[in-house]
Amino acid sequence: MPQLIITDFSPQLVWLVISFLALFLVMWKVALPRIGDVLEARQERVTNDLEKAESLRGEADDAIKAYETALSEARASAHNTAQAARDEMNAKADAKRGEVEAKLSGQMAEADARIAAAREVAVGHIRTVASDTAKSVAARLIGVDVDDAALEAAVASSMTEGK
Amino acid sequence: MSAEKHSPLAQFEIKRLVDIDIAGIDASFTNSSLWMIITIVAITLMLTMSMRGRAMVPGRWQSVAELSYEFIAGMLRENVGSQGRKYFPFVFSLFMFILFSNVLGLIPYSFTSTSHIIVTFGMAIVVFLGVTLIGIIRHKAKFLSLFAPAGVPMFLMPLLIPIEVISYLTRPVSLALRLFANMMAGHTLLKVFGGFVVALGVFGVFPLVAIVALYGLELIVAFLQAYVFTILTCLYLNDAIHLHH
Repeated sequence: MPQLIITDFSPQLVWLVISFLALFLVMWKVALPRIGDVLEARQERVTNDLEKAESLRGEADDAIKAYETALSEARASAHNTAQAARDEMNAKADAKRGEVEAKLSGQMAEADARIAAAREVAVGHIRTVASDTAKSVAARLIGVDVDDAALEAAVASSMTEGK
Repeated sequence: MSAEKHSPLAQFEIKRLVDIDIAGIDASFTNSSLWMIITIVAITLMLTMSMRGRAMVPGRWQSVAELSYEFIAGMLRENVGSQGRKYFPFVFSLFMFILFSNVLGLIPYSFTSTSHIIVTFGMAIVVFLGVTLIGIIRHKAKFLSLFAPAGVPMFLMPLLIPIEVISYLTRPVSLALRLFANMMAGHTLLKVFGGFVVALGVFGVFPLVAIVALYGLELIVAFLQAYVFTILTCLYLNDAIHLHH
């Protein structure tokens, strides 16, 4: 069995020590730190990215909240503006209506006064006509020249009765 | 070709390529030395070239390098804990060296340095002495409590302690023998079946199929034995660091 040849032991051991030491040194000082660095960098990157994603999501949430607040504020202010405009219009309309109503009632009162004056004049005319007629009727029928004052009194009383 | 060449054991012969003698020690460069050098160069190339890009998203080779790193780091973390961290380069080198020796040895006409008991024993004794030293340095005399399991009745101690001591001392032997025997048996078997293929002519197809299956099995064994050697090293390290059995 070649494995039991004692004289072959020493060269194998010498070269085992040489090659294993060389491998150990290269692994220890070069290869393993390099792989370790890459793995660590990746781990860090993944953690960072996750954190970043988390913070971005937070920002997005904040933005949505801000947008919603702004929206509701805008809605409220629009409502207020509309209300104010409506109130103003109502006030203006009321004022105008009051003005027009006042003007109309003034005109109405004026017209009433004019009507009353006209009636007064008309009634006055009626009295004159009536007394004149009565005078001429009396003169024609009974030949009495009725005293003007008495006539007027009679006319006045009959007009009052007729009312 | 001599008859010796066809022996299934001929593949394990040590051939001196360059005779070297340092201070009376035979340090000749042999076929075993050559494959050890090929092994460490292959490992170094695979782990450094693949990491040259240092890519955030690894390619195929970088994934292999990272996987082997994480495989051994995980093994050490699970079996030894955080205190095993500083032995990581050694354990990693050990695993890669055995794995690559085993796998490269499966290439036809190559040489498997781990199929020699002296090489596996050399590694096992380094692990054994290293672990024992770590235990003694960390725990001083308390290290001896490793041989006296807790919760055992006093009258059993005279029986148990020698057993524990013997089992402790046989660790390097079992470690070395397991790897050596697996490698040697597998390669011998492959060679024997290879001989059948030639001897049986047309009917050599049947042993050829067997060889293909065996080769797959040997690939598994190559990985498994590297894994077993490494995980046992981790367990011994754990015993030395934490002292519980």
